[in-house]
Amino acid sequence: MTPVCELSALQPDRGVAALLPDGSQVAVFLTSAGTVHALGNIDPFSGAAVLSRGIVGDRGGVPVVVSPVYKQAFELTTGKCLDDPSTGVPVHPVVVTDGVIQVGSP
Amino acid sequence: MTRTLVIVGHGMVGHRLVEALREKDVTDQWRVGVVAEETRPAYDRVALSSYVDNWDANSLSLAPHDDDAVELHLNDQVVHIDRDDKVVRTTAGRVQPYDALVLATGSIPFVPPVPGRDLPGCHVYRTIEDLDGIRATVEAAHSSGRHAGMVLGGGLLGLEAANALRGMGISPHVVELGPRLMPLQVDEGGAGLLKRLVEKLDLTIHTGTSASSIEKDGDRLIAKLSNGVELDLDVVVFSAGIRPRDELARSFGLKVGERGGIVVDQACRTSDENIYAIGECANLDGMVYGLVAPGYSMAEVVADRLLGGEAEFPGADMSTKLKLLGVDVASFGDAHAKEEGALEVVVNDAVAGTYAKVVVSDDAKTLLGGILVGDASKYPLLRPLVGRPVPGDPVALIGPAGGGPELTLPHDAQVCSCHAVTKQQIVDVVNSGEAVDVPGIKACTKAGTGCGSCVPMLKKLLSECGVEQSRALCEHFDHSRADLFEIARSTGVTTFSELIGKHGRGRGCDLCKPAVASILASLDNGHVLGGEQAALQDTNDHFLANIQRNGTYSVVPRIPGGEITPEKLIVIGEVARDFGLYTKITGGQRIDLFGATVDQLPQIWARLVDAGFESGHAYGKALRTVKSCVGTTWCRFGVQDSVSLAIELELRYRGLRSPHKLKSAVSGCARECAEARGKDFGVIATENGWNLYVGGNGGFTPRHAELIASDVDTETLIKLIDRFLMFYIRTADRLQRTSTWIESMEGGLDHLRSVIVDDSLGICADLEAAMAKHVDNYADEWRGVLEDPEKLARFTSFVNAPGTPDPTISFREERGQNVPVLLGVPEVSR
Repeated sequence: MTPVCELSALQPDRGVAALLPDGSQVAVFLTSAGTVHALGNIDPFSGAAVLSRGIVGDRGGVPVVVSPVYKQAFELTTGKCLDDPSTGVPVHPVVVTDGVIQVGSP
Repeated sequence: MTRTLVIVGHGMVGHRLVEALREKDVTDQWRVGVVAEETRPAYDRVALSSYVDNWDANSLSLAPHDDDAVELHLNDQVVHIDRDDKVVRTTAGRVQPYDALVLATGSIPFVPPVPGRDLPGCHVYRTIEDLDGIRATVEAAHSSGRHAGMVLGGGLLGLEAANALRGMGISPHVVELGPRLMPLQVDEGGAGLLKRLVEKLDLTIHTGTSASSIEKDGDRLIAKLSNGVELDLDVVVFSAGIRPRDELARSFGLKVGERGGIVVDQACRTSDENIYAIGECANLDGMVYGLVAPGYSMAEVVADRLLGGEAEFPGADMSTKLKLLGVDVASFGDAHAKEEGALEVVVNDAVAGTYAKVVVSDDAKTLLGGILVGDASKYPLLRPLVGRPVPGDPVALIGPAGGGPELTLPHDAQVCSCHAVTKQQIVDVVNSGEAVDVPGIKACTKAGTGCGSCVPMLKKLLSECGVEQSRALCEHFDHSRADLFEIARSTGVTTFSELIGKHGRGRGCDLCKPAVASILASLDNGHVLGGEQAALQDTNDHFLANIQRNGTYSVVPRIPGGEITPEKLIVIGEVARDFGLYTKITGGQRIDLFGATVDQLPQIWARLVDAGFESGHAYGKALRTVKSCVGTTWCRFGVQDSVSLAIELELRYRGLRSPHKLKSAVSGCARECAEARGKDFGVIATENGWNLYVGGNGGFTPRHAELIASDVDTETLIKLIDRFLMFYIRTADRLQRTSTWIESMEGGLDHLRSVIVDDSLGICADLEAAMAKHVDNYADEWRGVLEDPEKLARFTSFVNAPGTPDPTISFREERGQNVPVLLGVPEVSR
């Protein structure tokens, strides 16, 4: 588990990007419901490391982030792409300890 | 083997024949040669009076025949037909063999034998050149005050001509021999109301009389009417009917009618089986039709026959609907109840200024025709029902709204008479999913692209087909964007969470969040990244820059009107060089700097703001640029200072958030170098002020903006644009550009004009006040970020390693500049 930032650094329904020790990138989101999620930051459709900059919301009640490049939605809890279920992004385990967010490997 | 079709004449009907034949002739059986004596290709003569709005002949153009199989010879006249050898000869010496010949020579205006009819200042009304001539007469008129003109003929065309004269600042007298205006289309009751309505518009109507002489009196013309009245005039226009151009047919032995017109059969064939005649020169069943719709039907018949079909003339639909001088007039079917035993039902509301009549069969079971004056909104529904059972009580058809039966059309009823499209054809493209909205129906069937009178019917058919024209923004709101705007405006809600809590459901999404953010911004709720608003913005608005394919951003500083000092240009160059940014000039007369990472953006903007630059809002659904030509300052042709106006407009509307991006331009003369008619609002200088055009765009479906006001001064112009933009912002759908917004409006451009020019809704003061508030509260968004540490903190690459560059971003060099190395996109099965 790698500590990435304090929970207070996150804005509800918005993400941040963090760099992990192995050089990979993770997008960390705080939802307005108060849950924290971490997904791989690379959008599989464009190859750009941008998922942390997508809009967070829900589709049919399922919490999602929408890629800012070509607008596919990814489920925050599973990483599955709702517009193309054959693809998706890795889900990283995440815990919040003493107000600090820690992220593990997928 | 390829055969040759020669068409004589390139008016609207000749043009339609070429189009119809080329569309149906998929195996290229025919080559087409058109010989036309006019110097310009076919144009929309029906809309001739609109030429006065802008004196731009191009605005009347019909689609050119962009086709190798079609040759168009203008300014040449067929003078000889050798029917045995099947060859025509022209004045230019062309010798053209034909397999089939079509005469589409049209008609000439009939000028009654009034003494003085050839005096200078007397004109006919048929061509663009005629209107240019009338304009020259009017401009040369020396009388002070308002000019006067006389139109001889009070029919449809005469009133059109009067409208054109009025557009040139002339008070028209209309002289009609018959007892009433528009005797062919309208009955006594309808004409009485029509007269009353047009007389309010500065027309003087003289019926039951004619001109007995026209005399020259110094610079003036004096017309004496047979009832003793004398008129002192600047200009005279004859519009007393037409005569078919049949002289070619007469000279070469084709049969012509007693009262003129080339006699044709139901296949539009003349007495020579290889020669056809169509349009106003043809005489079919003893009738010469002076309307374009029967001419179009004839063109379709001939196109079919040339390809071996058996089509016959379907009978003329003489229905007419038009707006004359702002007054709706419609006439359809047996409008004068000529059928034996026909019964008339009339609702004549002198207070509301509407007259409606339906004609039904003697048993009151079949609709035969009708007349509508003052309000023709029922026309699209009633006209297709002609010859069909009356649904219920006839008076309910034209009675006050609300009481009538719900009318549905039979499937074979013709909905669009311009393009002969039936209800069934429209229902088919809707049910198959090819068309989901009115623009879709237009593209698939051409319905609604002629006179446009059936567009309300198209909307009705869509909902009849169960196409839920839902305007719900997304799954979280049942409201349209316009509804949400009104809710936010009237309740003063300033946050998304409150709005979705009270009026929506769920958490929101990438559709409703940016839309609500835009609404809140349009209502002047502070910085777009202030408080909760920041989370609503999509990435471009969130980082105030445009995301590119590799996750970097581009930066566009505002350069108002495209005018920039060398010093500022050098700053842009230095910033681009120092940050290694790819530099490109945009179409909107500014400079785009590509390849900035999120953490570079504030550093770049610190330098730009220091040098006096502001955000260009290239990332926002907002005003982009107001492009300009150099105008009178430098240009020897310019008539107004286009650059100063463009800068004034750009500074006034900068930062204005809207349902979609907004572009504008100002041209300093009619040469239109700034391409203003390709913009949402475009301004073109005239000698007397400015013309304002609205609803243009480039992009996927380019559209020319349409004239909404002409020759206005700068103060009026700005007032009109204020109203236009605010009305758009309040009422358009999400991502609906101004062109589709106007198109989807009930009443279209006319309605928009009544709202923002005539203040028909009484909201103009409110719209202006809202714009004044925007102008007062404007502040540069980038300066706002640089001055606020909290907002600045969001511009970091990694929350746990600020300043570390994103390892996935790399560049290579192309033509001396940095361009992105394409990212290894993983295989995605789609």
